[in-house]
Amino acid sequence: MNRSGKTADTMEGSGLTISASSIKVNEATLDEDTLVFSITSQKLSNGMGVCVCRTYEDFEWLQQSLFAPDEPDLHGVIFPPLPAKLIMSPQSQINNKTLKQLGFLALGDCCRTYCEALELYLQQVALHPILSKNKALETLLTNTESPGKQRAKKGIFNRLSQVMEEKRKESHKDVDDFFQNERDNNSNMTALTKVTTERFLDVVLAEQRLSVASKHLSSSIQLWVNQEDSANAAFSKICLKTSKVFETIKRNFEKTAENNISTLGLGLDLQSRYQEAEKEMLFRRTCKLVELEAANKNTERAKANKKGIMEEVRNVLEKQFDGMSSMARQEVGRFHQSRVALLRTALVSWCEQQLNTATEIAALYSEHLEACQKLPEE
Amino acid sequence: MAAERDPPPPGDAGQARFGEAEDGEDLFVVLCSPASLPAEDISANSNGPKLVDSFLDDDPDDLFAEATEEVSLDSPEREPILSDGPSPAITPIMAPRIDSTLFDQALEEEEDNGDTFDICISVSDPEKVGDGMNAYMAYKVTTKTSLSVFSQNELSVRRRFSDFLGLHSKLASKYMHSGYIVPPAPEKSIVGMTKVKVGKEDSSSTEFVEKRRSALERYLMRTVKHPVMLKDPNVLQFLESSELPRAVSTQALSGAGILRMVNKAADAVNKMTIKMNESDAWFEEKQQQFENLDAQFRKLHASVESLVCHRKELSLNTASFAKSAAMLGNSEDHTALSRALSQLAEMEEKMEQLHMDQAYADFYLFAELLGDYVRLLTAVKGVFDQRMKTWSKWQDAQLMLQRKREAEAKLQYANKPDKLQQAKDEIKEWEGKVQQGERDFEQISKTIRKELGRFEKERVKDFKSVIIKYLESLVQTQQQLIKYWEAFLPEAKAIA
Repeated sequence: MNRSGKTADTMEGSGLTISASSIKVNEATLDEDTLVFSITSQKLSNGMGVCVCRTYEDFEWLQQSLFAPDEPDLHGVIFPPLPAKLIMSPQSQINNKTLKQLGFLALGDCCRTYCEALELYLQQVALHPILSKNKALETLLTNTESPGKQRAKKGIFNRLSQVMEEKRKESHKDVDDFFQNERDNNSNMTALTKVTTERFLDVVLAEQRLSVASKHLSSSIQLWVNQEDSANAAFSKICLKTSKVFETIKRNFEKTAENNISTLGLGLDLQSRYQEAEKEMLFRRTCKLVELEAANKNTERAKANKKGIMEEVRNVLEKQFDGMSSMARQEVGRFHQSRVALLRTALVSWCEQQLNTATEIAALYSEHLEACQKLPEE
Repeated sequence: MAAERDPPPPGDAGQARFGEAEDGEDLFVVLCSPASLPAEDISANSNGPKLVDSFLDDDPDDLFAEATEEVSLDSPEREPILSDGPSPAITPIMAPRIDSTLFDQALEEEEDNGDTFDICISVSDPEKVGDGMNAYMAYKVTTKTSLSVFSQNELSVRRRFSDFLGLHSKLASKYMHSGYIVPPAPEKSIVGMTKVKVGKEDSSSTEFVEKRRSALERYLMRTVKHPVMLKDPNVLQFLESSELPRAVSTQALSGAGILRMVNKAADAVNKMTIKMNESDAWFEEKQQQFENLDAQFRKLHASVESLVCHRKELSLNTASFAKSAAMLGNSEDHTALSRALSQLAEMEEKMEQLHMDQAYADFYLFAELLGDYVRLLTAVKGVFDQRMKTWSKWQDAQLMLQRKREAEAKLQYANKPDKLQQAKDEIKEWEGKVQQGERDFEQISKTIRKELGRFEKERVKDFKSVIIKYLESLVQTQQQLIKYWEAFLPEAKAIA
C-alpha cells in the first residue's frame, strides 16, 4: 500500500487493468446536495487515461461488493477502511458534527483532505493481492454508468462489535498466542492512536484560530492607518509595518496548520481507521472461534443419532476457521509492514514541509526586522 | 488555565478600589530641599482643603504655615478644582502657581544637551515582606547613570508599590495643572495582591508579580525621560533615599481617597458647565486626534490580549499532544518507529515551551505597551482639561472685574468716599488677576504644545522599539524551530 509504489503496480493475474499508483481522486464538486468526485486513472496496457465521476454511494457499493459471504477465507482479510460520508452544509462550512465524525478529513480546502483519503482507499484496494481481483473495482474506475445505482448488498460492515451481546465475544480467550497477542496489542494501540489523533486535531484547530486572530489584528491596524489623517507620519509607518508583521504571523499559522493536516494528520487518521479495520477482522475470527467451540461442545454432547450431523457442522466450521486464520496471519503481517511504511511517509513529509515553511517564515521575519530597524523616528 | 487579566484601564488608579492594606497614619510629607536645587517656588499643594479663596503667594514660608495636620488631600489623577466662582458645595483646592520660567529652563536644557540622556532604571528582585494581609512586595530599584544631578553613578534602593503611587501622586499634583503630562502609575489590583499576600505560589501570582515589576520599571523610565520630572526632588529622593516616608493617602478608603472620589464628581459637574471658546484650532484638532487614538489603542489592546490567550491554548494543546505521542511511542512494537515517536514527543514538548515564551513576548511587549498608552492618553486628556480650567478661571476673573467696575460706577453717584476707594482698590486687584489669568492661560497652552511634541516623539520611539524587540523574538523562535525540525528529520527517515 506504499504510496511511492515500490513494488509492481499490479499483482500477477490481478485482473485489474488499471495501474494502482495512477488512481487519483482529483476534486469534489457539489451538485445540489451531493458531492461528486472526479476520479482519473491509467490503463496498464497503453497508458490511456480514464476519467469517471462518482458519488459516495458508489464507494459504498464497492466496499460492500468486496466482501463475499460465501467465501469464508475472505473473512480473514483486513478490508481497507472507507472514510465515513462527508456531509457538506450549504455554505461549504464545516460544522461541529462533521468535525467530530471525520476529524482531519473534514479540514483542508475544498475537501482536499477527504479526496486524498478516498484516493488512498482506492489505491489500497487496487494493491491488495486478493481484493484487486474483484471486478467491482474495475467497474468503479472505468464504467461510464455509475454502479451505485445497483442495490448494494448488505455486507458485514454493520459494526458487529457495537452490538452489546457481541461485545462479550471480544474478550473471548484465543487458542492461538499469536492472535491473542495481536488482539491485545491492537486494542491498546487503537485507543492510543485515536487519542493522539484527537489531540493533534486540537493543536491544528488552535493554530487555525491563531491564524484568524492574527489576520484580524493585521487588518484592523491597516484599516486604522488608512483612516487616520496621518498627523504623525512616522507613527503611521510603524503601524503599517506592524500590520505586515502580523500578516506574516498569520501566514505562518496557516501554512503550519495546512502542513499538519495534509501529512501527519491524514497519516494518523488513516492509521487509526486501519487499526479499527484490523480490529474488525480479528473480531470476525474470534466470533468464528466462539462458533467453532460451541459446535465442538455440541458434538461432544450429541446423542449418537445426531452426532454425525454435529460432526459435519463442526468440520465445516473448523475448515472455515482454519482458512480464515491462515489468511488472517498473512494479512496481519502485511498490515504491520504497510502501517509502518505509511507512518514513515507521513512523518518524513510532515517534517520536510514544516521545515520548508519554517525557513520561509524565518526569512520573512528577518526581512521585516531589517525594514523596521530602518524606520525613521521623526 | 486562564491568564490573570486586569480589566482594561479606563483611567488611572483613582477608582474606588482597595489598595494594599496599610496601617499607620504617616503623614503625606512633601519634600522640598532648597539646599540641593536652585530656589524654586515649587509648592506642594497637598495640604488640607481650604475654605479660603485666595491664591497662594510665592512665599514658600506661607505655604508651610498653612499646612494642616489632617491627612492630606491629594488629587493625583484628578485635577484640582480651580474655579474661584460659584462652585457647588465642594471646598475648592488651591492652585499653586509654579514659576514657569524655571521649567522652561529645564526643557531648553534638554534640547541643548540632545542625546546626553543617560540613565537606566531597573526594577528587580521582588521579595515578599511580612505575613498575611499586612504583607507587601518590595522591589529593588537600581539606577545607573552618569548624570550629575545624582549623587552616585549607581544607586540601589528598595521600594514598595505604594511608594510608586505616592511618587506619582506628588508629581501629578505638582505638575499636571501646568499642563505637563505626568506618566501614570501602574494600576492597583486587589485580586492580584491578595493572592500574593495569602502566599498562593501558583503561576498566576508569579505572573502577576512579574507583570507588576515590568510595569513599575516602565513607569520609572517614562518618568525620568521627562526633563522636568527628572530634576524633581521627589523623583531624586525616590531613587536615592534608603528610607522613604510611607504614602498612606494612596489608599482608596482613606480620607484622601474619599476626597478623591468627591473631587471626581465635582470635576464631572464642572466639565459640563465649562464651555470653552476655542480660539486655537490646533488644540481642537489635537483633542479629536487623541480621542481617536484612544479608541484605537483600546481596540488593539483587546485584540492582542485575545491573541495571547490563543497562543497559550496552542501551548497547552501541544503539551497534550506530546504526552499522547510519548505513550504511543512506548507501546509501539516496531523499534525504529517507536524511537521516532518518542523523539516526536520530545520535540513537541520543546515547541510547547516556545509557544509559551512567544505568548509572553506578545503580552509583555504589545499588550502592556498598548495598556500603558491608554493610560497615558488619559493623562493627556487631563492636561487639556487643565487648560480649559485655566481659561475658565481667566474668564471668571474678567467677569469679576466687570462687576467691580459696575459697582464702582454706581458708587460714583452715591456719597460714600471710603466705599468708593475700596471699590477702586478692588478693581486694581482684579485687573491684576485678569492679567495673571491671561498669562497662565498662555503659559499652559505653550507648555502643552511642547509636551505634545515630546509625546509624539516618544510615541514613535516606544512603538518602534517594541516592534523591533518583538521581531527579534520572532526571529529567534523561528531559528529554534528550524533546529528542532532539522534534528527530527533523520529520525523520521531512519524508520525502515
